[in-house]
Amino acid sequence: MAADWIVFWVCAPISIGSAIAMLLQRNAVHAALFLIVNLFTVAVLYLVLGAPFLFAVQIIVYAGAIMVLFLFVIMLLGVDREERLVERLRGQRTAAILLGLGVVGEVVFAIRAGVGFSTRAPAGFGAANGGGNPQALGRLLFRAYFLPFEVTSILLMVAAVAAMVLARRRERPVASAERRAQEPIEPSEPSEPSEPREEEPVG
Amino acid sequence: MDWLDWLLLAARVVVVFFVLLLSVILLVWVERKVVADMQTRKGPMRAGPRGVLVSLADGIKLFFKEGITPALADRPVYLIAPIVSMLPAFLAFAVIPFGTGVTLFGRRVPFQIADLNVGILWVLAMSSMMVYGIVLAGWSSGSNYPLLGSIRSSAQMISYEVGMALALVSVLMYSGHLRMTQIVAAQDRVWNVVPQLPAFVIYLIAGLAETNRPPFDLPEAETELVAGYHTEYSGIKFAMFYLAEYLNTVTVAAIATTLFLGGWRGPHPEHLAWLWPILWFVVKVLAIIYAYIWIRATLPRFRYDRLMAFGWKVLIPFGLVWVLATGAVIVLPDVYGRRPVVIGAAAVLAVVLLLSLLWSALARRRETVEAPS
Amino acid sequence: MIRLPLVLFFSAVLFSAGVYGVLARRNAVLVLMSIELMLNAVNVNLIAFSQALHDLTGQAFALFVIAVAAAEVGIGLAIVILIYRNRETINIDEVNLLKW
Repeated sequence: MAADWIVFWVCAPISIGSAIAMLLQRNAVHAALFLIVNLFTVAVLYLVLGAPFLFAVQIIVYAGAIMVLFLFVIMLLGVDREERLVERLRGQRTAAILLGLGVVGEVVFAIRAGVGFSTRAPAGFGAANGGGNPQALGRLLFRAYFLPFEVTSILLMVAAVAAMVLARRRERPVASAERRAQEPIEPSEPSEPSEPREEEPVG
Repeated sequence: MDWLDWLLLAARVVVVFFVLLLSVILLVWVERKVVADMQTRKGPMRAGPRGVLVSLADGIKLFFKEGITPALADRPVYLIAPIVSMLPAFLAFAVIPFGTGVTLFGRRVPFQIADLNVGILWVLAMSSMMVYGIVLAGWSSGSNYPLLGSIRSSAQMISYEVGMALALVSVLMYSGHLRMTQIVAAQDRVWNVVPQLPAFVIYLIAGLAETNRPPFDLPEAETELVAGYHTEYSGIKFAMFYLAEYLNTVTVAAIATTLFLGGWRGPHPEHLAWLWPILWFVVKVLAIIYAYIWIRATLPRFRYDRLMAFGWKVLIPFGLVWVLATGAVIVLPDVYGRRPVVIGAAAVLAVVLLLSLLWSALARRRETVEAPS
Repeated sequence: MIRLPLVLFFSAVLFSAGVYGVLARRNAVLVLMSIELMLNAVNVNLIAFSQALHDLTGQAFALFVIAVAAAEVGIGLAIVILIYRNRETINIDEVNLLKW
């Protein structure tokens, strides 16, 4: 019995359990905590699946930055009050369960038709990881996928600027226009003392 | 791996755990003594010779105090927050090589718990986990000041983490390895602190902010927030936060030692060859911690908006420019050869970039000085 | 080695949980978190296939997914803050200006 097999069977149930617990939590912060547990266990699965670099990236980006941002917003808005989980549409839950079972059947069928139930990843993944997983991934990213990589960086930049512009508390345009109309003689208007920004972009 | 390997691994884990705990107890005493010395006081003198047992006494006192859970607290989160704040510091220490190793029972025992092939990223991951203990503690206390402390802390730590990551990236580019032992091995002639001095400074500043040490201790600024995120904590749970803070300091200093100061490297005689590296490591860690205590005794606390402005407008641009410069130094000779024209042009470009950064920082400063309203 | 179908089942369950969260939760932040869950399930699939096919492309795409997720969360949370400022609520049942 291999070690990665044990790790999978420890992590996968915890992961699924925490995902479901997240859905059933009424408190937003508790839900976020369960999602963090889920992200951690998924990161460990990446390790088992031969992606140590993505294991680290998953923890740094998801657990370290994205989830902190979620918690930050939940706390900032004070929206951690209990949420009602009662369904409004009648019979929705029954329909959801039936359709869900249907999807499970489909997935089973698709996997059986596609890869078969007993497929194992063939050994020798190490060859693709020549010189270490991060190095190999870096070669791939900066050669074959260089353009997508750069486009992604532009996307992140745009997202950071957009988040900043969206979340900025702007003063009402009418009021500032009035004030400018009232005091037009000032030769060089000193820039307004910038008030501390409320939200720092993370991207 | 047979059972003996597992046993040795477990032994290393236990030893590192207890040595870290012990080091925290000593470190609290050292900090109080050094600060007292800088203020020409004597500091704690009662418990033990020259007060060395004072933090042990404090710990015992806190252990036997009543633990109070506030009525409005979110109980489960309130209870796990102190543990969450302690874990990352221990885990980050797992990849740090603190010595060369010995040969026991005919097999090599490295003085390192796990030599991960993504070691430096593991360090980054764990330092990004440090924020959770504080955020959860502040939120779960069900009280205003702790919540303010934790909101401040989450913004502060995410911001400075970017600067810290940039410092680590430039070290990573320079040494070309992710594995901690290889980074130490790459420093056999020159420590990274010499070619990577700006990255070292960025790392130390970001480390101050990550560990919430003065002058960046805004999450627990007592003049504004009572005691910040741990206002509502008492007894053993408070002790755990205290422990976590000093553990983080030790871990940050140990990481800085490993990445910049050559880790366990140092001249030593042949006699007892396994012991000297550990001593060198401890000495270097202590030197960095001493610098941190010195900063604490010298600088007043930052104002919150200035802290954020410094992080985003000074530290991160500077770190980016430094990453660019490091990359240029590594790659350009391979592409263009070592022609003096290229080197000269790159140097001029670098100087212009640095000067423009400096100039914009100074211009901003003049603006704030001249327009006080 | 873990069997590939096992991982695929696992990620299918995670993905379905995410879909349920997006459809059933009313807190906009929770909806965003459920989307993260779905993206994670996709990443698990990409990495599992990357291992099975001996090709690192899957991992490269997982990296892109993570980067896009970071951007998406930044924008999404900014919009949530904006909605909260204007409507004093982030219950998406009540944010129905476009629905008549």
